Amino acid sequence: MIVPLATGIHHTSYASELALRNTRGEKARLGLGILALGALPFLLDSYWLSVVNAIGIAAIGAIGLNILVGFTGQISLGQGGFLAVGAFTSALLSGRAGVPIPVAIAAAVVVTAIGGVIAGLPALRLKGLYLAIATLGSQEIIEFVIRRWRWLTGGQGFLEAPPLGVLGWHVQRATFERTWYWVILGAAALGAAAARNVFRTALGRSFMAVRDHEVAASTIGVNVTRAKLGAFALSSGYVGLAGALTAHYSGTVSWERFTREVSVLYLGMIIVGGLGSIAGSIYGAAFLLLLPPLLSALADAVRTTAPFLADQLPALQVAAVGLVIMLFLIFEPRGLDRLWRRVRDYFGSWPFRY
Amino acid sequence: MISREYAFLLNGSTLASGRPVLELADIGLRFGGIQAIDGVGLAVTQGTIHSIIGPNGAGKSSLINCVSGLYRPQRGRISLHHGDGAVELVGRKPHELARLGIARTFQNIELFRHLSVLENLLLGRHTRMSLSLLPALVWFGPARRQEIAHRALVEEVIDRLALQAVRHRPVSTLPYGLAKRVELGRALCMQPALLLLDEPMAGMNAEEKEDMARHLLDVNRLAGLTIVLVEHDMDVVMDISHRVTVLDFGKRIADGTPDEVRSDPRVIEAYLGRDVA
Repeated sequence: MIVPLATGIHHTSYASELALRNTRGEKARLGLGILALGALPFLLDSYWLSVVNAIGIAAIGAIGLNILVGFTGQISLGQGGFLAVGAFTSALLSGRAGVPIPVAIAAAVVVTAIGGVIAGLPALRLKGLYLAIATLGSQEIIEFVIRRWRWLTGGQGFLEAPPLGVLGWHVQRATFERTWYWVILGAAALGAAAARNVFRTALGRSFMAVRDHEVAASTIGVNVTRAKLGAFALSSGYVGLAGALTAHYSGTVSWERFTREVSVLYLGMIIVGGLGSIAGSIYGAAFLLLLPPLLSALADAVRTTAPFLADQLPALQVAAVGLVIMLFLIFEPRGLDRLWRRVRDYFGSWPFRY
Repeated sequence: MISREYAFLLNGSTLASGRPVLELADIGLRFGGIQAIDGVGLAVTQGTIHSIIGPNGAGKSSLINCVSGLYRPQRGRISLHHGDGAVELVGRKPHELARLGIARTFQNIELFRHLSVLENLLLGRHTRMSLSLLPALVWFGPARRQEIAHRALVEEVIDRLALQAVRHRPVSTLPYGLAKRVELGRALCMQPALLLLDEPMAGMNAEEKEDMARHLLDVNRLAGLTIVLVEHDMDVVMDISHRVTVLDFGKRIADGTPDEVRSDPRVIEAYLGRDVA
């Protein structure tokens, strides 16, 4: 990926060149972003804050999926299944076995990572569409186990998950969304930074090498088997974290939240956001989860002036998501991340063209 | 081309010059009913440029693929000699061979096309870098130190191959000749014991060919690397090779210095055909 450098930046050490942000503008933008995120829970009501929280959790899951699909080139339709593994693991451990919730969430990450490696075994032989179907297979198997294994979920595919709490402290009902906001923000920020870091080291580069050319990767010494399974493990770890957070955030876990449609929605997020981009995963999650509530809000706003439109808008939500994915594939296959870069570069040199 | 003194040795072999570094004995490779390579043997001497030539379909690329582990010959042995003994290469996976010091380039450029020149070259360092997850997640500390340490060698390769101006360019935007050079650079970054080049000058214009030949000579004479070269351009092969092996229909028909091979009647026949009269 090429980074158009700001004029007058002359690196004098490899360390300074490796920094992600160099100019005052870039650092100021980061500062403004942090400020905005800090102010958000005080500006939004609890409904919109719940939307933001859902986006935060989805962003973690989307980063996970992007590690696999966008960075390693292994397509997966099993996202929903892995979210379910994370959610049910954490709910079972904390609810039934009484494990402290942070430990249960950590365990869910590990268990989902292991599950990901097992589900990733077909990737050693299969590519593209064939792999997509194989991962869809693991999604179906996971769903089946959750719905039918009596001992695990009572045969209903439905479990209670205890609310978040550490050492006697529990989330209070009055400040529920706001407390969760900080928890999710922390997890998402750390997760995003860690993923960004992986892809500027040898480990992440070997994933991208496998994506771009498996044979060439093997001849420079990349163990393709290890790289693919490693990518499945890392990716599923993120997805497991998202699943576990969903479980404790919503208080109940049910298989209906982790269906094939969820897998497809997540693929939509990373396509709209930008394949092979960590920031893009976040943009994509935000975009696709903001679209329905924004359309509803629009419907409410025009109810008096255009009742016909107001009636139709909610029905159009699903179609709108599909339409947006199609438009992105046609006009900006590299997603929102690329779009944002272009806007930034345009204004960076404004009023000149370049 | 050489513009500074270098701190790193690119040659990963500790074998004394003049000793055989790679030995192929009685290699047989069959695809279904086609015998692609039939009983070929050859020895590559440390510090030389050893060319493998032959008409189309002679089995040159297949032979290179056997040495780099992409094909597994049904018959024969391939041994790589190190300072302290030899290892058998047949039956090992390509990534294990890379670790043993076999580096290669491809006939059609096989770079990691979404990555920059720098990232492609750094991938050449893969076998010598730690892949631990935790430092990678954290970045600050061991992971960052490692990136900077390996960057130093990569920068020397960039300097040797005059790639400074395109360091940050995505490789997919590079002109053909430069992309070929980046692929050579990626192999050099591995500090290999043996460099296998599959038609490094295919499709190049005269100027690009001269550049590439110059770089190969630098790599061989100054860095001391042993090169096995598959190439169609006879002028280049005869000019820069120490030794030439000629294949035809999967069999070795000649082996010797460029002058010996040039005048060998069987080579002339393979290339020009025989007078039927």
